[in-house]
Amino acid sequence: MATNTSTATEAATPGMPQLDFSTFGNQIFWLVVTLVVIYLILSRVALPRISGVLAERSGTISNDLAAAEELKANAVAAEEAYNQALSDARAEAAKIVASTKADMKAELDAAIAKADAEISQKTAESEKVISEIRATALESVEEVAKSTAMALVSALGGKEDAKTIDAAVSNEMKG
Amino acid sequence: MASEAHSEGTGLVFHPMDQFIVKPLFGEGQIEWYTITNVTLWMALAVVAVVVILVFGTSRRAIVPSRSQSIGELAYGFVYKMVEDVAGKDAVGYFPYIMTLFMFIVCANFLGLIPMSFTTTSHIAVTAVMAMAVFLAVTILGFVKNGMSFLSLFWISSAPLALRPILALIEVISYFVRPVSHSIRLAGNMMAGHAVIKVFAAFAGVAVIAPLSVLAITAIYALEMLVSFIQAYVFAILTCVYLKDALHPHH
Repeated sequence: MATNTSTATEAATPGMPQLDFSTFGNQIFWLVVTLVVIYLILSRVALPRISGVLAERSGTISNDLAAAEELKANAVAAEEAYNQALSDARAEAAKIVASTKADMKAELDAAIAKADAEISQKTAESEKVISEIRATALESVEEVAKSTAMALVSALGGKEDAKTIDAAVSNEMKG
Repeated sequence: MASEAHSEGTGLVFHPMDQFIVKPLFGEGQIEWYTITNVTLWMALAVVAVVVILVFGTSRRAIVPSRSQSIGELAYGFVYKMVEDVAGKDAVGYFPYIMTLFMFIVCANFLGLIPMSFTTTSHIAVTAVMAMAVFLAVTILGFVKNGMSFLSLFWISSAPLALRPILALIEVISYFVRPVSHSIRLAGNMMAGHAVIKVFAAFAGVAVIAPLSVLAITAIYALEMLVSFIQAYVFAILTCVYLKDALHPHH
């Protein structure tokens, strides 16, 4: 079996086919043809197409990213506008509260002032009445004193000199 | 006796290298340079594969890519980024050439993994032509872009002065070894993997070890899928590295 194998191997392979120089021309010719054909196909059709597709894709991606960026900016602007509106409304409300407070205070002040004025007027009237009463009372006292003094003088038996008695009474009351 | 072994195939018959034989596709006879051979067929299929991946797959030009379009875009982005990162921004103009090499190698490698197929990239004639093309293009480009200052690539100014001549010698040798390693790496990897699979396949003829053999083939097949891609990647990235040396020879 061993001899069989060795002889068969010897017969079948007269050496490496790679070193059979008679086929080199053929291989080289067809290799050159093949490489030229592949080069032409690649450089004319395949590579421009693929690079075009890749460029288009990166363009699309960057466009989409830009659009997303823009939408994001819009959202941020919308949020800002919302916040602005909110703070404006707050300021407005505070203003309204303040002005209402001021109005109420003014009304209140006016009412108080009016009440004060009425009170002081009434006080003044009362004081006038009181002073009138007091004056009439004094007058009455003087009259009573005069008439009493005249009665006393006449009762004691003096001469009823009205003038003298009046002057004396007035004098006495002043003092 | 040899023909006996061939025709009967009773014993363990190894023909691990038969899969690499270049044959005329139609009829027999001498292989001329224009003969349509299995090389022609599988290279044409590689072209078809490239067209399917990069042209038909992307024909809808969708903004949201379909699966097939994703594959094409992935391949484009992968090689483009590699050129940009390794060789620099000013090397982007050479991207179509590197893409051509990468797509051809990757398609030929994977087509070679189809059972009964022919692996064009396992032939040193094929890889050597590509490697020499890269080598010559890069060298000429280096001199055209930088003039004589391209030679400063070999004169490492950061090393001590006494060491520089020795380093220059080493650099020159390694520069000229580049196309050799560049081509043999790819062809050797492809050839070795396919030959090993074939050897294990021959063992599958023996019933006792057949299950083990099938398992081994499966495992190596998986490894070869990885190697197919990695070797194409390595070829392309080394091309980028050489291109970078040509465009920026000053360390």
